[in-house]
Amino acid sequence: MKLIQPICRGAAAAIAVAAAVLVPGWAEAQTQGTIKIGVLHSLSGTMAISETTLKDTILMMVDDINKKGGLLGKKVEAVVVDPASNWPLFAEKARDLLAKEKVAAVFGCWTSVSRKSVLPVFEELNGLLFYPVQYEGEESSRNVFYTGAAPNQQAIPAVEYLMREEGGAAKRWVLEGTDYVYPRTTNKILEAFLKSKGVAAEDIRVNYTPFGHSDWQTEVATIKKFASAGKKTAVVSTINGDANVPFYKELANAGIKASDIPVVAFSVGEEELAGIDTKNLIGHLAAWNYFQSVKNPTNDAFIKQWQDFIKNPKRVTNDPMEAHFTGFKMWTQAVRQAGTTDVDAVRQAMYGQKVKAPSGFSQIMNTNHHLSKPVMIGEIRADGQFDVVWQTKEPIKADAWSPHLPEDKGKIADWTYPWVCGNCTAAKYTD
Amino acid sequence: MVLRRFLILRRSRSFRLEGRTAAHPAACLFRFAALFLILSLALAALPARADDFAAAVLGLAEEGFPAKQKAIVALAKSGDPRAVPILQALRDDRLRRMPDGSVVIVATTGGTTRLTHAATGRDIAGILPDSLDRIIVNNRLRGAIEAALGSLTLFSPDRAVRLSAAQEALKRPTADAALPLEQALAAERDGEVRAALEQGLAAVRLFSGGKDEMLAAIRALGATTDPQAKNLLDAFRAKPDLDAGLRQAAEAAIASIDGRLLWTGLAANLFQGISLGSVLLLAAIGLAITFGVMGVINMAHGEMIMTGAYAAFVVQQLFRTFLPPEWIDAYLLVAVPVAFLFAGLLGVVLERCLIRFLYGRPLETLLATWGVSLILQQAVRSIFGSPNKEVSNPGWMTGGFDLMGGFTVTWNRLYIILFCFVVLGALALILNRTSFGLHMRAVTQNRDMAAAMGIRTARVDALTFGLGSGIAGMAGVALSQIGNVSPNLGTIYIVDSFLVVVFGGVGNLLGTLVGALSLGIVNKFLEPVAGAILGKIVILAAIILFIQWRPRGLFALKGRTADA
Repeated sequence: MKLIQPICRGAAAAIAVAAAVLVPGWAEAQTQGTIKIGVLHSLSGTMAISETTLKDTILMMVDDINKKGGLLGKKVEAVVVDPASNWPLFAEKARDLLAKEKVAAVFGCWTSVSRKSVLPVFEELNGLLFYPVQYEGEESSRNVFYTGAAPNQQAIPAVEYLMREEGGAAKRWVLEGTDYVYPRTTNKILEAFLKSKGVAAEDIRVNYTPFGHSDWQTEVATIKKFASAGKKTAVVSTINGDANVPFYKELANAGIKASDIPVVAFSVGEEELAGIDTKNLIGHLAAWNYFQSVKNPTNDAFIKQWQDFIKNPKRVTNDPMEAHFTGFKMWTQAVRQAGTTDVDAVRQAMYGQKVKAPSGFSQIMNTNHHLSKPVMIGEIRADGQFDVVWQTKEPIKADAWSPHLPEDKGKIADWTYPWVCGNCTAAKYTD
Repeated sequence: MVLRRFLILRRSRSFRLEGRTAAHPAACLFRFAALFLILSLALAALPARADDFAAAVLGLAEEGFPAKQKAIVALAKSGDPRAVPILQALRDDRLRRMPDGSVVIVATTGGTTRLTHAATGRDIAGILPDSLDRIIVNNRLRGAIEAALGSLTLFSPDRAVRLSAAQEALKRPTADAALPLEQALAAERDGEVRAALEQGLAAVRLFSGGKDEMLAAIRALGATTDPQAKNLLDAFRAKPDLDAGLRQAAEAAIASIDGRLLWTGLAANLFQGISLGSVLLLAAIGLAITFGVMGVINMAHGEMIMTGAYAAFVVQQLFRTFLPPEWIDAYLLVAVPVAFLFAGLLGVVLERCLIRFLYGRPLETLLATWGVSLILQQAVRSIFGSPNKEVSNPGWMTGGFDLMGGFTVTWNRLYIILFCFVVLGALALILNRTSFGLHMRAVTQNRDMAAAMGIRTARVDALTFGLGSGIAGMAGVALSQIGNVSPNLGTIYIVDSFLVVVFGGVGNLLGTLVGALSLGIVNKFLEPVAGAILGKIVILAAIILFIQWRPRGLFALKGRTADA
């Protein structure tokens, strides 16, 4: 031990000197300290299933940027905390990260209730949150960048697809959701949208089940009965978390085929399907802005980077991971552009920031703090991946406020002059 | 490359031919003439159809779903039996596009993969299927494929294929389906297929036949218990210029279908209730022993269920890795004893190392076992990772059968109901007919007296706890067949398990049985009316009120022990 240490130190010094000559930025990183970022994802409890992967994604990105010489000549350090799927704990941990650890940005949250819980903290302490999951919209905070999809980038296009001839021309709809804010708001928007398209109220069935609902017999039988009324029926699922596996198992065993009653899900991706035998679910759909099966060089590199980092060639990638990938890249670009990690300067630099995303498109951050993203509809195939059966030609700009809800009429989210507001019907400044 | 091999083959044959020519010039000439005649005849008869078929097959490889759909319809119209394997391959994602645009079928049997040219049926060697483009379909095409296969497979030698083809006719009745259906009916011998064909034919004639045919069709459809038949009749009744007699007959038929559907609905509800009850019962039996008999408030009971489910996962993975694929269906039979032993062992360790120090201190037991449950959850999360694990149903537990009119009985639930009663029966035997059961009852009724009789009470405690935990492990195997296998699996069932045991009466197996089944059935009759969330609340409130009225549950133990 005594012998080895000086040798190690000597070698490290030699490498440092060599690097200092070759890569000035790296040497600077060694001397100038670090940039801290926070990772606020549940590593235990109900949501650990989905959120652990996102923590690993950010660690992968941090590892990558440090290998490439860091940011502004400093090393990036990830501060990982575990809010344990406990919504109030999210707020506490967020306060710790911002006030004690003084992180430059936080990447975190999955459920909308956790985001709502940390929102006041970020606004009070002027932090920056990157939120990577598709959600119900109806929000635009100055302190949050939403890198997941808004309803007009996922739910509405998916329903439109099923309404068209190619999607089966559905006339009757079951909106099936877990009982919390995201499904309730999404279904409210979808109901308004369907009614505006001339679907009668008796052709829409909305049903909610509790978190972790495990006995789906009645609901699946009801869906079957509802679908036997002679009109093509489709199911829109906003079922979240653990309830999905028993739902799909019941669906498969009850013999509901996708060509008869297609089920389109907004919270089921490659990672969730890994826990289900998909042989009997072929053809059921999911709407996202990214699928692992998309073919392009950026995606190939992304998948390889992930599988190398996690040291498992079978691990899958999914949409929220892609959102974190894009969000992190955007943040580093904005920091470089601003030349500082100061939150106000970085926020200004974020607008219009462009990143080539694994989805195969250049994604742009808009002034309403949401991304422009392509919409893709995928059908489940036997190996647990998706075949993209439809996608938009161009990225779609997110609506923070839904044009389909009467109470949102005229609401604008725009954080640049003269609006400078996330929820206004008139500009803040007029001159 | 394939073409070149083919040419080489041809050349070697022609060499042989030349050899013979040299031997018997006259015979050869005759043969040549015959061959030429046959070939030219065949070519004259075939060309149009063969070209259409080949063009339709090529059309499957085109870009865009509308073009593929056109090709599928063309294949169906061709009536060519060669189209069947191609369409099946397309449906099963086994069709690939070669770089030159031609279409090949991939077939994997017993570990070897074979590529055949779809249009010609020739084998292709030396190409890896993974290097070719997949020809993908969407749901609309899947529907078109099923319809096409329906018309093409009405005369299939396989009974199940014919049956599904006949049922397809009822689903999508079209006027031009009448003739093939009639022909199929004339040739059909099997009763069930005949019935399905008759219904399909009735569905077709309802809209395109004469008045008598329509009346017969109404009668045939009215005799079924099928919501689809009812829809057809509904649509028929709604026709504007309908004969009054026909309308009346249709209405009577709809009423009789409705009446039967009501009963099947009730039967389906009952089955669902028994199924939910059996799941609750399986989850609660273990607890009925540890909590009911021993009085230990075991918050880690759910985690015992979870370890059982993970045992099923591990056994499945071992089967997949080390045994031939045809054995995989048997993994569940191995998983049950493995889960029992593993969870049981865990229970014994838990009892010996922790719980025995806490007898008679319920609050501490509660907190300590809750701590254990968190430790077990996190341990599983560290070993297996937090994402769900895929435990597939074995073949004999996949799918279900349509009992009548939209009431589908799924195999996995049926087997779980049976399994649950087998477990309960075995447990009752152990408790009442074995010496271990006798010791167990003796120790729980009067520990000191039992010890004085020479029973090793500590050993009985450990084994009893192990038995309860082992049963929870077996429950985990069953639950892995209907739900998630994740570290949180146990937390879903722990509250329900306590509800069942408290409601049924602590310390009583019969109470647990009646409690679980009645909770399940009431839940399933409430859910369609009140919804899943309200239904749960109503049941919880009802149980709280019930416990106020009968604090010891449905079947209270009587006598001195109850007061102890």
